Amino acid sequence: MDTAATKRDWPLWEVFIRSRGGLSHKHVGSVHAPDPELAIRHARDVYTRRMEGVSLWVVRSSDIVASDPAQAGEMFEPAESKVYRHPTFYDIPDIVKHI
Amino acid sequence: MYTTELSKSDIGMKSDRTKSGPVAVEDAALLDAFEARVAADEFIEPKDWMPEAYRRTLVRQISQHAHSEIVGMLPEGAWLTRAPSLRRKAVLLAKVQDEAGHGLYLYCAAETLGTSREQMTEALNAGKAKYSTIFNYPTLTWADIGAIGWLVDGAAIMNQVPLQRTSYGPYARAMVRVCKEESFHQRQGYEIMMAMANGTPAQREMAQDALNRWWWPSLMMFGPPDENSPNTAQSMRWRIKRDTNDELRQKFVDITVPQATYLGLTVPDADLTWNDETGRHDYGAIDWEEFYAVVRGEGPVAKERMKARREAWAEGAWVREAAQAYEAKRAARLAA
Repeated sequence: MDTAATKRDWPLWEVFIRSRGGLSHKHVGSVHAPDPELAIRHARDVYTRRMEGVSLWVVRSSDIVASDPAQAGEMFEPAESKVYRHPTFYDIPDIVKHI
Repeated sequence: MYTTELSKSDIGMKSDRTKSGPVAVEDAALLDAFEARVAADEFIEPKDWMPEAYRRTLVRQISQHAHSEIVGMLPEGAWLTRAPSLRRKAVLLAKVQDEAGHGLYLYCAAETLGTSREQMTEALNAGKAKYSTIFNYPTLTWADIGAIGWLVDGAAIMNQVPLQRTSYGPYARAMVRVCKEESFHQRQGYEIMMAMANGTPAQREMAQDALNRWWWPSLMMFGPPDENSPNTAQSMRWRIKRDTNDELRQKFVDITVPQATYLGLTVPDADLTWNDETGRHDYGAIDWEEFYAVVRGEGPVAKERMKARREAWAEGAWVREAAQAYEAKRAARLAA
């Protein structure tokens, strides 16, 4: 039976895994699921079959706001032109220690 | 598991450069920038500009690959209830579950290119989509499960390892996950072959028979010979493909023949010899007529496979409907 409801794909969720305590969650892929609870279950079955993690996050893909790759140049230029933010920018004689 | 390069629909397709009008100028600049990025081994990500032909080729290749993983569950699934021990059954179940997972990673990668899961599922169920020819051969004995893991997954690994560096980011990342899991598939298959090759004369005969039937179809998994694979040049330039079909096939033969020797089994190829000059094996002619017949859907169990997929989809409809009804109720309750 193909009703209007079943014709539609389930929403897409992005999956994030914390591989072990002390580390951040990291994006690993996505799953389709009708609701948050099933999204977690599907994420477990699809992405953690080999002890990949200790914690899962799922986020509706449509809720993610992303920067525009075409604008990456302008977007990240402020950091690129400010090399003085890096410690290696400064010349300190070798004789000076612990700095 | 892996998909064979099957469809040739993009042959001779012109690049976006040929478009006329003011758009062409911009496209040419974008195309040049794209080609330069790919040539520098940069990864292309979903929202990056890409030529339409690149997108189409990837959608075709990734969706065929995904379908192959899904259909690939069927030949092995048939043996889940007949595995000879609980250990073998648990292992086979884990392998089949992995194949489902691989299909899902790949469908998601294809979806980032603008095709929907629904479109891909419909194409497969309608018989419009291709999947690897290898799955249209039947699994007649338990030794076939060993031969599939050893040869079919072995060929798949050969094909997939270079794809971890394919230019499209989501595809490459899916391949990294797949390759990590695939090695277990091949080793469990080889272990089955070892058990049977060292078993009773009847088991040994079964192992040899499985090798006889799966050897040539496995070599065909690498796709048509290079001279008949006009897409290869473009796909390699775009780093969608990293090695030619014949290179990979040769590598597979060279690696697999000693493994057959260890089992004490004979590769069913009278022309197979070691070539001292090239340092590689020479092997006999492949029956490409058989390959193209299977691509056209004339494989021994092609109809059975499609029927099984359609039935599974139809029989799962009530689950999908129930899940959706539950979510609708939950959403209504939240809104109230």
